[in-house]
Amino acid sequence: MSLSTTELWIMIAALGLGTFLLRFSFLALLGNRELPDGLLRLLRYTPVAVIPGLMAPQMPVAGATGPDPIKLAAAVVTVMVGVWSKNVIGAMIAGVAVLSLLTWLAG
Amino acid sequence: MTKPFHTARSAFWRGFRDGVPFILIVAPFGVVFGVVAIEAGFTVAQSMAFTISTYAGAAQLTAIQLMSEGAPLAIVILTALAVNARMAMYSASLAPHVGKAPMWQRAMMGYLMVDQTYAMSSMVYERHPTMPLAAKTGYYFGIASLIWPVWASASLAGAVLGNLIPAWVPLGFAVPIAFMAMIGPMLRTLAHVAAAFVSVTGALILSPVPYSLGLLIAAVLAMITGAQVEVWMQRRRAGP
Repeated sequence: MSLSTTELWIMIAALGLGTFLLRFSFLALLGNRELPDGLLRLLRYTPVAVIPGLMAPQMPVAGATGPDPIKLAAAVVTVMVGVWSKNVIGAMIAGVAVLSLLTWLAG
Repeated sequence: MTKPFHTARSAFWRGFRDGVPFILIVAPFGVVFGVVAIEAGFTVAQSMAFTISTYAGAAQLTAIQLMSEGAPLAIVILTALAVNARMAMYSASLAPHVGKAPMWQRAMMGYLMVDQTYAMSSMVYERHPTMPLAAKTGYYFGIASLIWPVWASASLAGAVLGNLIPAWVPLGFAVPIAFMAMIGPMLRTLAHVAAAFVSVTGALILSPVPYSLGLLIAAVLAMITGAQVEVWMQRRRAGP
């Protein structure tokens, strides 16, 4: 971990406060004020705009130590089970199962 | 069917019961966060302070992933907040229903807002337009009263468990697995698929941009893409 202890607490405080402000934002403004449609439409895509991009460089295709077939298999199975089943926990369990099984077989 | 939605008390317990299936999602996810936080070098106290103050699993894992990549503090905070920007949309969509509730209740609703409380409450509010205000807030707090303790105790269990797991167990790939599992279920429409595609290609192409800013730029481009594709799809559906 590259953050110092102080930085870590700053991060915790900033994310706690920032997330609360995002959640409270429009509930705090009395009445029926609404966001413009265009902005609502953009916000709808925030998770799907961040998380796949965050994960793309983690795909163990050609890392510093070369491709890692075990992690790659686990990653592919996780994404595919997720696409097919639309079930986060199911996909997670499938990925961990493949990772553990192949690690054990290779060990 | 309509009866449970007319008093604050009955709506509260109805919400509490409606939240039960979500335990299956929230509890394992909380455990994953706890284990991963300890693995990343958090103390149990730090991981609990994080999970209780932020109370948003995907943003918390995003922060940990970026921290472990050595991203600067400001980028860690901005990117994790970007994951939570959808909450502003939830807030805007709940406001017409509960905007007349006392300020302290709305502040509590804000703090307790997660995907599950929002999705269930907004569905019930739409379906029962005659619900009194007290029943609307009661229903919301009913779900939240179940989800919050489950999340907090699962995070704690994960943190304690994380400390017990021997060092040779390869946990390094736990965050990627947790995130990759989230991607499939997000791809609900063509617009979501397009946004995910731009996010991935953008993040890869822009990875040389300094201060880990590439991901944020890619995310903004992906949001614009998703919104634009949604507009096109609506126009097509509306027909010529």
